[in-house]
Amino acid sequence: MTARLAARDITLRYGDRVVSTRLSLDVPDRAFTAIVGPNACGKSTLLRAFVRLLRPGAGRVELDGREVAGYPTKALARELGFLPQDPLAPDDIRVRQLVRRGRFPHQSLVAMWSPRDEAAVAAALAAAGVADLADRPVQELSGGQRQRVWMAMVLAQQTPYLLLDEPTSFLDITHQYQLLGLLARLRDAGHTVIAVLHDINQACRFADHLVAMKGGRVVAEGVPADVVDAALVTEVFDLPSVIVPDPVTGTPMVVPTLQGE
Amino acid sequence: MTAAGPAPGATTGGGRTVPRSALLVGAVALLAVVAVLSVGVGARAVPPAEVVRALLDHQGTDDHVIVRDVRAPRALLAVAVGAALAVAGALIQTLARNPLAEPGILGVTAGAGFAITLGSALGLAAGQAGELLFSVLGSVAAALLVAAVGRRSPLRLVLTGVALTAVLSGVGLGLRLVLPDVFDAYRFWSVGSLAAREQAPLALPLTAIGLALLGALLLSRALNALTLGESVAHTLGAGVHRVRAAALVLITVLSGAATAVAGPILFVGLIVPHLARRPAGGSVPWLLLYTMVLGPILLLVADVGSRVLLPTGEVPVAIVTAFLGGPMLIWAVRRYGAGAL
Repeated sequence: MTARLAARDITLRYGDRVVSTRLSLDVPDRAFTAIVGPNACGKSTLLRAFVRLLRPGAGRVELDGREVAGYPTKALARELGFLPQDPLAPDDIRVRQLVRRGRFPHQSLVAMWSPRDEAAVAAALAAAGVADLADRPVQELSGGQRQRVWMAMVLAQQTPYLLLDEPTSFLDITHQYQLLGLLARLRDAGHTVIAVLHDINQACRFADHLVAMKGGRVVAEGVPADVVDAALVTEVFDLPSVIVPDPVTGTPMVVPTLQGE
Repeated sequence: MTAAGPAPGATTGGGRTVPRSALLVGAVALLAVVAVLSVGVGARAVPPAEVVRALLDHQGTDDHVIVRDVRAPRALLAVAVGAALAVAGALIQTLARNPLAEPGILGVTAGAGFAITLGSALGLAAGQAGELLFSVLGSVAAALLVAAVGRRSPLRLVLTGVALTAVLSGVGLGLRLVLPDVFDAYRFWSVGSLAAREQAPLALPLTAIGLALLGALLLSRALNALTLGESVAHTLGAGVHRVRAAALVLITVLSGAATAVAGPILFVGLIVPHLARRPAGGSVPWLLLYTMVLGPILLLVADVGSRVLLPTGEVPVAIVTAFLGGPMLIWAVRRYGAGAL
């Protein structure tokens, strides 16, 4: 396993509240990494540290051995694409205009819109399956469509890395699986995908590399089939369960034994 | 959802049938017409053909002198002040994510007014040059103070600006109540006007406005990124703090310079961005281009109105913009709904 992106002994805090202490994590290249854990376990915070939205109090986040804090903002934006949980779309904006904004890190102060930008936007719209929505106002779209439009915006950025903070949170179950399928295809196309996910079964099914966190620490990481067992689920989620093979993919499937007592 | 998207250019719920560039060209043409009319209209009417001749082929007739030395500079002033206030309004509304924000919200207008009051109380702000200087100093000082306290978040910025405005207005009012002479000087400044301002030293403020307008256009793509929220802007490579600081500097220069040369003219900075927002379709560069043309149109029309409304003399232009601006805001809200705000 090679890793261009890594956290080395980082301490993360919001003001006085320490979230993680001396956390280290290597992100495998060209793989789908899912980060799971209970609420407030520090998984979103870790993601924000990777994309430099939060600077570690100690330790380093490195890309190719160089601290991300040292990268020029646009240079880093050509490497790491990020989709937060609740991005804001301006009123009145249309899908194509929104996706075009993903080209910002490739443009200089005065450069005009180039054929390369146009091609990148067309490719991103197609990859996210929203080409037919390109001229629609974003406000009119359903939640699932909107999330794919935001994916297209990040894809237009043409970054090797795609970091997504709970991308399935506000979607119904069909759209959840469609989006995860899209992420798997992007991984197949050579992207490195890092997603914070809520559902451990979905993480097991789609991810190559699972990172389980609790209390700001990485409790376990590795191939889902190797790391997910009842003991881990109890430790991380405090939930008694049995693990059975997913009848469709054979990946681990967590079935809670709690029955409402 | 299986419905296919409409063809490009087709009318949808939002409705954009005219290309944005065509709309801009139309607005610029309208601006040219309004500018020529504004130079012709006044106590002595000059026909449009004569206006053009005066500018291109100066003969030294009375009409030509009026056009060249009085009305054309005044129209230029209206264009510059209108563009400056409108763009400053578009910038602050974008930055604060608040449709009710206007340039004065940063305390710039109150700062200028307070400085004029203080300056004339000390006997220093005499004459147009003195007023100009104090006005600039006051607006810059107020903007720096507000930016220093409130730069962390747009909400803090707005709250700080409102608080500072209240304090400065209160103290200024106190001074003026105690010192009647100061009140007289302030009274004339406080109603924004373009009349007889064309004789003031204008080269510097107009240059500052021109440069700041250019800067706003250069910054507009980064502001586009900022409208997607701080996290996205940051990870798109638009340094949020730098972009915000640059926008604050531009707002201060634009509204400070405009207030310095014309006094406080309210409403232009509030209304024009609302009129431009829907056609701009969520794009900051287009919003700025439209406001840059619509602001001057509004102020030129108001200025013409200020010259012809009363048979006996002039109404200060700020009063006309207020009369025009109120109904226009209500129209915009009714036409586009609160979503347009």
